[in-house]
Amino acid sequence: MSVLNSKIPAGPLADKWKNHKNSIRLVNPANKRSIDVIVVGTGLAGASAAASLAEMGYKVKAFCFQDSPRRAHSIAAQGGINAAKNYRNDGDSVHRLFYDTIKGGDYRSREANVHRLAEVSVNIIDQCVAQGVPFAREYGGLLDNRSFGGVQVSRTFYAKGQTGQQLLLGAYSALSRQVSVGQVKMYHRHEMLDVVMIDGKARGIIARNLVTGELERHSAHAVLLCTGGYGNVFFLSTNAMGSNVTATWKAHRKGAYFANPCFTQIHPTCIPVSGDYQSKLTLMSESLRNDGRIWVPKKQNDTRRPVDIPEEERDYYLERRYPAFGNLVPRDVASRAAKERCDAGYGVGQSKMAVYLDYASAIQRYGTLEANKLGESQPSAQRITELGTQVVASKYGNLFEMYEKITGDNPYETPMRIYPAVHYTMGGLWVDYNLMSNLPGLFVLGEANFSDHGANRLGASALMQGLADGYFVVPYTLGDYLADDIRTGSISTNDPAFDEAEKSVQDQINRLMNIGGSKSVDYFHKVLGKIMWDKCGMARSEEGLKQAISEIQALREEFYAQVRVPGSANEMNPELEKAIRVADFLELGELMCHDALNRNESCGGHFREEYQTEDGEALRNDEDYAYVAAWEYAHGQAPILHKEDLNFENVKPSTRSYK
Amino acid sequence: MRLNLKIWRQKSANANGKMVDYTLNEVNPEMSFLEMMDVLNQQLVERGDEPVAFDHDCREGICGMCSMFINGRAHGPMTGTTTCQLHMRHFKDGDTIVIEPWRAAAFPVIKDLMVDRSAFDRIIQAGGYVSVNTGSAPDANALPIPKENADMAFDAATCIGCGACVATCKNASAMLFVGAKISQLSLLPQGQPEREERAIRMVEQMDKEGFGNCTNTGACEVECPKGISIENIARMNREYLKAKIAQK
Repeated sequence: MSVLNSKIPAGPLADKWKNHKNSIRLVNPANKRSIDVIVVGTGLAGASAAASLAEMGYKVKAFCFQDSPRRAHSIAAQGGINAAKNYRNDGDSVHRLFYDTIKGGDYRSREANVHRLAEVSVNIIDQCVAQGVPFAREYGGLLDNRSFGGVQVSRTFYAKGQTGQQLLLGAYSALSRQVSVGQVKMYHRHEMLDVVMIDGKARGIIARNLVTGELERHSAHAVLLCTGGYGNVFFLSTNAMGSNVTATWKAHRKGAYFANPCFTQIHPTCIPVSGDYQSKLTLMSESLRNDGRIWVPKKQNDTRRPVDIPEEERDYYLERRYPAFGNLVPRDVASRAAKERCDAGYGVGQSKMAVYLDYASAIQRYGTLEANKLGESQPSAQRITELGTQVVASKYGNLFEMYEKITGDNPYETPMRIYPAVHYTMGGLWVDYNLMSNLPGLFVLGEANFSDHGANRLGASALMQGLADGYFVVPYTLGDYLADDIRTGSISTNDPAFDEAEKSVQDQINRLMNIGGSKSVDYFHKVLGKIMWDKCGMARSEEGLKQAISEIQALREEFYAQVRVPGSANEMNPELEKAIRVADFLELGELMCHDALNRNESCGGHFREEYQTEDGEALRNDEDYAYVAAWEYAHGQAPILHKEDLNFENVKPSTRSYK
Repeated sequence: MRLNLKIWRQKSANANGKMVDYTLNEVNPEMSFLEMMDVLNQQLVERGDEPVAFDHDCREGICGMCSMFINGRAHGPMTGTTTCQLHMRHFKDGDTIVIEPWRAAAFPVIKDLMVDRSAFDRIIQAGGYVSVNTGSAPDANALPIPKENADMAFDAATCIGCGACVATCKNASAMLFVGAKISQLSLLPQGQPEREERAIRMVEQMDKEGFGNCTNTGACEVECPKGISIENIARMNREYLKAKIAQK
């Protein structure tokens, strides 16, 4: 019997969540007033959880490292949020969203969690609209939708290319309301540096006030980590500069299992790297694949300008390889296909590590439609282009502007150059059906947990999961856990466990401040990122992963001998903040390689070169690897693997085909 | 490219600050402005100096965290652009670039180019929300909203809260920021029940924080990286006035 109990309720799939909600314990309103909850991170998951729990009457303390909770990186999500509303009447349903997500995740996620996600997706849209989130609407005043990769219905709600911003500001406004009535105490510019365990339960955190450098103790009856993903282990990713793994990694060191860390998502449409000074990569929303066509020249090393390459000399390779889904294949498939073409010498741009995303035919198509709509019988070619450009601008204007700002090219006139980049991490801390980790009282929400996306996340599902966890799952499941705590009374921060945790944080800070080497933190972060991208990125092999593990170990030693952290610990010190985060990435990177090495199959975002079909598609192994790999931290030893078997009772795993 | 940088250095909120000169060689025109700052900081760390502290996070123009006053303009010379999206191709070899923090009494400097913008959070806390608890919402399509109103509300809602409007305004007025939120919610049916109370509470909090008044120079609208229209200030004034007259 595995040590991992997923606590999936019995009964038919579609009734599990309903029955579970009806049977779990509640905390009455009077008792909620004497219970403290800590929420770390204020993105979609954290802000929605903090607001919802505070509305219910819990006393909440919320933490973010940014200068305001409104800046969490959820804000950068562009394209949209899925919900099984079926407002298009195109055959969508809760079951279909569930099925698409399980299949999109390449059969490496839990059926019960994913079904619950699909069920509550419809409530999320209602909640956000009620908050005043200005989703895109049609002329009749009702909500508009668009399509995303890996599905054949239109179920994505959006607010231009700023959906994440609008949803986050909605959750932030709900959080702000609770701050104003005193139900939430907000700590901005604070970073959690350890979780405090008392008698086997998570009872608080140690946080560093980033302005003064002071270490603070905060106690609670439960701790919620809503701290996002760890894509910045690659240094270059679409994550914000501050996104980090520290909160979840510290919890991992305290005993929380880290599940499927090698499942990382490489997003197919990002602006390519332009030089070694590059600090981050910028995503161009997947929604662009609705109307844009992806191609490379049919000739290798073709140096002509893209507009000079005639139609018959272009290879629309996604349409060629995957006629059923075309440019809207899932992210992992689209990314690998781009890499395949570039590796084979068909890449474009200066670096030859890019493909074209072309809007010329969409502009023509929309222009003709618009001319018909306006009753212009024989529009000139110029008029069609003009009208088409207007339509495309109304749909994707801000994305096109962003592209032009970064590259200096006008994407209305010349195709965009894009290449895959690290974007999202499906792995995260292991949680049960109630979103509680294996450490009692430590809950993990949103991207920080592992639960819903399997080996590959579908577009517009991250926003859905963050808000599902925060608004509609944890408000129920947390009560079941806290029902035992109604007589506990407030937790003292004088407990020896707080002394010990604070001391270990202080020791680590002292250690980093006193190394006095000659290399900057970024130097180490960039070297780590390159190892990860080359050997644990889009394609992995046993040999490469073994090399990566020893390289990371050596780099870690060099880091602790050679890094220089200027300034002092008792002040605002961004270099120290980075050093603490990179120290954790240097451990996480190794674990990711162990996980990738263990998984002798290709599935979703995890592609092992040894396991592929003749035509280069991922070769999954359900016989041996239909499990969640949950790793236990072993203090200097090799990590210990625990397996949670995945049982598919409602969907039969099949070879994922988008042909 | 070779650049001369004049950067505001200030150890802490209470310390005195001053402009310090730096020279940076081999700046690539494809770099973003913040990547240029990264290169400077890397050099400062390697030679044992303290790097320049500045706020930044998403580096794609949406989180609102970056906040530099560059050559006398919030977020630098390009319109509709945050500092993180500004690229060095807009500067010339040999240029002198002056970099300062936002300057406003309500935004005290924390260190170097970092300022404290928590006043904005407190203004939102005063009323920048719809009071709806989780779980009590009707079906989303039960409430049709004319596209025109939804689009206007969206335009106001795209504010990223960076504070460029305040930094630009000679009165350090926050009215574009406050007007945008009041407008968004007053244009939507969801915002109606609390419409008057919201306008009064947010404006009062804005005044309490020490932001100045609007004298219609329109600088905020020009420098706003998201192009928030000054019409929102007019709308805020109307909302406030109507609410005050109706106040019992």
